[in-house]
Amino acid sequence: MTRTIHLSLDINGERRELDVEPRVTLLDALREHLALTGTKKGCDQGQCGACTCHVDDKRVLSCLTLAAQVEGRQVITIEGLTDEKGVLHAVQAAFIEQDAFQCGYCTPGQIMSAVACIREGHAGSDAEIREYMSGNLCRCGAYNNIVAAVREAAKAVSAPVKETAEVA
Amino acid sequence: MRDFSYLRAASTEEASRAAREAGAMLLAGGTTLLDLAKCGVAEPDTVIDITHLSGLGEITVDASGASIGALAKMGEVADNAAIKAAFPAIAESLSLAASAQLRNMATIGGNLLQRTRCSYFREPGVFPACNKRNPGSGCSAMGGVTRNHAVLGTSEACIASNPGDLAVALVAFDAVVEIGGRKVVADDFFLLPGHTPERETVLQPGEIITCISIPASAAAKNSTYLKVRDRQSYEFAAASAAVGLELEADGKTVKDIRVALGGVATKPWRARAVEQALIGKVLDAEAIEKASLLAVEGAVSSGDNHYKIDLAPRVVARAIMKVGGLA
Repeated sequence: MTRTIHLSLDINGERRELDVEPRVTLLDALREHLALTGTKKGCDQGQCGACTCHVDDKRVLSCLTLAAQVEGRQVITIEGLTDEKGVLHAVQAAFIEQDAFQCGYCTPGQIMSAVACIREGHAGSDAEIREYMSGNLCRCGAYNNIVAAVREAAKAVSAPVKETAEVA
Repeated sequence: MRDFSYLRAASTEEASRAAREAGAMLLAGGTTLLDLAKCGVAEPDTVIDITHLSGLGEITVDASGASIGALAKMGEVADNAAIKAAFPAIAESLSLAASAQLRNMATIGGNLLQRTRCSYFREPGVFPACNKRNPGSGCSAMGGVTRNHAVLGTSEACIASNPGDLAVALVAFDAVVEIGGRKVVADDFFLLPGHTPERETVLQPGEIITCISIPASAAAKNSTYLKVRDRQSYEFAAASAAVGLELEADGKTVKDIRVALGGVATKPWRARAVEQALIGKVLDAEAIEKASLLAVEGAVSSGDNHYKIDLAPRVVARAIMKVGGLA
């Protein structure tokens, strides 16, 4: 028996309509139904953080969130971080600047988590960054550069006026 | 994950009614339910989403204690200034649990109902025998790799450890789980496995946790949650302790002390023997060390987890030293 439900979701500021089985997670809705493949599926069990998105400005794991749960909430994915002109977010720029990845698979989740980490005020020291970024695993072990990127991005975000890098 | 029908409950009453049906399960944060549905452990026919219900997420703290709505998120409670001031062990138990993302999702009520991390429980395809999943089928963990299994409160049917952190702090400070009008002391809310490891709490079908209340006390105000684990963050406890201490006016004699253990038992484990051994005594390193050994009275090793019997008393001792100002 196939049961589908109709959902109207707010993704990156756009209204998106879709018909899905109730079991479809936000992660699968993004990747398989809305062609937003920036959000990555790592473990699909809430253990790696690769699928991190923002729901109502809070970082969450989209693999353990049903798409149906986010109706009426604002979802931001990695695709929604750049501004209208395609200028990278300060955290994205910092990841490039600090070479904070190798294979890049965990990177969208790392960046979404880092944006929230800085916004929460949890980037005050390297130790604090490590603690509050611990939900994002990097199989390549790029952790030192990730910490550096978050540290530098936190400075850039808190600076009064600072141009971020153009899209490479 | 098997498909299910989805119901967004409009009220607690509607959710409760729907949850009484066979095959129905409640969805709050989703971090346990969806995880277990993907493992094939949970197979709901209907998922009842209660995340949109209003009035169940408030956190209030006054002189008599704290009241935390069941739908409050772990992260909100961990960061709440009044909770941090009056119940540091509660706030610490939450901020040391899971990851920032999971703490933004998981609710306080759901957190009490998280299931064991026993690898055998979580792999039904590979290990069909599990008395917790399938009563009477046996236990695959016994004789297997048991490094993370319980040494306290075990039975012939089950040695799975309770993975909770918050629950340990709640048990230490006599929190009350409010289930609609029914109130159950946290220590009584959790059940020992005995012959019925499938029953982990006193919740009946259709019952919904609405609130957790924690009475204020001097011991709760001077408290800590110490969590020792294999990696520094984002890991379950190898052994943990929630400890609170109140000294007499002389500043050295124990008036009130609370001790509960996590990561070592089949339910959040109140260590009353340690408390009794220290009440009325002058607090010093020797007394603490001796009393802490009572934390593992009756502990039974299943092999790989023997280290917990040595570790737990040390964790308890270190936590008491800290709240006693001796470390």
